[in-house]
Amino acid sequence: MGGHLNINHLLFLGHGALWTIGLSLIALGGGGVAGFVIALARVSSLKSVRLLSAIYVQLIQGTPLLVILFLGYFGLAAVGFQLSPLAAAGASLTLYVAAYLGEIWRGCIESVPKPQWEAAEGLALSRTQRMMKVILPQAIRIATPPTVGFMVQIIKNTSLASVVGFVELMRSGQIVNNSLFEPFAIYAIIAVVYFAMCYPISLYSQRLERRMGRGKFNLAPA
Amino acid sequence: MGIELDFPAVLERWPSFLDGAILTLELAFFATVLGAALGTLAAVGRRSHSSLIARACKVYVEAIRNTPLLVQIFLVYFGLASIGLKFSAFTVAVAALTINVGAYTAEIMRAGFDAIPGGQLEAAEGLALSRLQIYWHIILLPAVERVYPALTSQFVLLMLASSVCSQISAEELTAVANYIQSDTYRAFETYIIIAVLYIFLSLVMRAGFWGLGFVLFPRRRRLGTPL
Repeated sequence: MGGHLNINHLLFLGHGALWTIGLSLIALGGGGVAGFVIALARVSSLKSVRLLSAIYVQLIQGTPLLVILFLGYFGLAAVGFQLSPLAAAGASLTLYVAAYLGEIWRGCIESVPKPQWEAAEGLALSRTQRMMKVILPQAIRIATPPTVGFMVQIIKNTSLASVVGFVELMRSGQIVNNSLFEPFAIYAIIAVVYFAMCYPISLYSQRLERRMGRGKFNLAPA
Repeated sequence: MGIELDFPAVLERWPSFLDGAILTLELAFFATVLGAALGTLAAVGRRSHSSLIARACKVYVEAIRNTPLLVQIFLVYFGLASIGLKFSAFTVAVAALTINVGAYTAEIMRAGFDAIPGGQLEAAEGLALSRLQIYWHIILLPAVERVYPALTSQFVLLMLASSVCSQISAEELTAVANYIQSDTYRAFETYIIIAVLYIFLSLVMRAGFWGLGFVLFPRRRRLGTPL
């Protein structure tokens, strides 16, 4: 015990912060791809696909991320699939992010005004063409502010990966605390670093939202 | 080697699971009630004429919304300990969850306040209602009615997030599961069971809020709809 916070501790925390960013990007990438599939499945013309994707979203959104993490790390290990902390955290976050982003994006796809869908159909576009050329380009505009906002949630949620021993920012703070035992000071530093990562993204998301609100292309139905 | 699952061996611990689930609901209940009050105060504070109060409320909301709950819980836990106050894990958990959900509530309530048409405020002033009457009848009640769906889904998320309190050894559902799996070596079954329990709890909460909304707000206004 004892000692003071020195440059090595700070470097260690910095290393953890980099892994927080890395894990966030993994979750955003994996969850983004899977979430896109979920969003399309939720508006599919097949009832079974709609139902299955709805069940998936309900199951994930009804379960705490912490439990999903425990299931992926300790649960799978107990039945013979030992994942590394990185793999378990990456996979759990991907499943989690996919459900939330899928639901956000479904809302965006559905908020493209009805006449746009009808006009595309009237122009004899196929379902794929209608989606790719008419609906999605508009849905992406609507989806940008909430997606950027959700990135803040992703960064904050990566802190839970610390409980399966993945050394990101939170875990590196706990490790430093184990040697210095100054919990309040160290967790305050950790909080400030998280804030420094999240707040600019929050501000950017708010700005995007305001810009959308007074945009020339008001997509709300007339 | 095949996978052998033995749910009965874990399910025979059902009294512990039940205790955990009840504690999770208690955590969620207290944090929801206290957090709703704190968040409403903060939302009102952000409209204050005193720029100091308005700014303090904004700092609170932004600080909480941009840091992880896990860090906040540890800060409250060790922060209280470092000034010599010793509370039970349950009290600390309720305090941390309240501070957390208060900030989200404040942001939702603010959206509700912003949706109140200015003409109604002028009309209320014209009718010589007092400031308190205006706040209660013209601002607060209609705002809550509008943002009720957003508020309630935030409270369900809070119940799920309370699982993080297992990290400061509050004996809620996830902590119970951690204990049982280390005792039975059946981690997979244990966590599946509590996942199902959490899904059940969130369905129960949503049904409860839906019923409550039906009683409280029979008119079912939405954000942006005229009165």
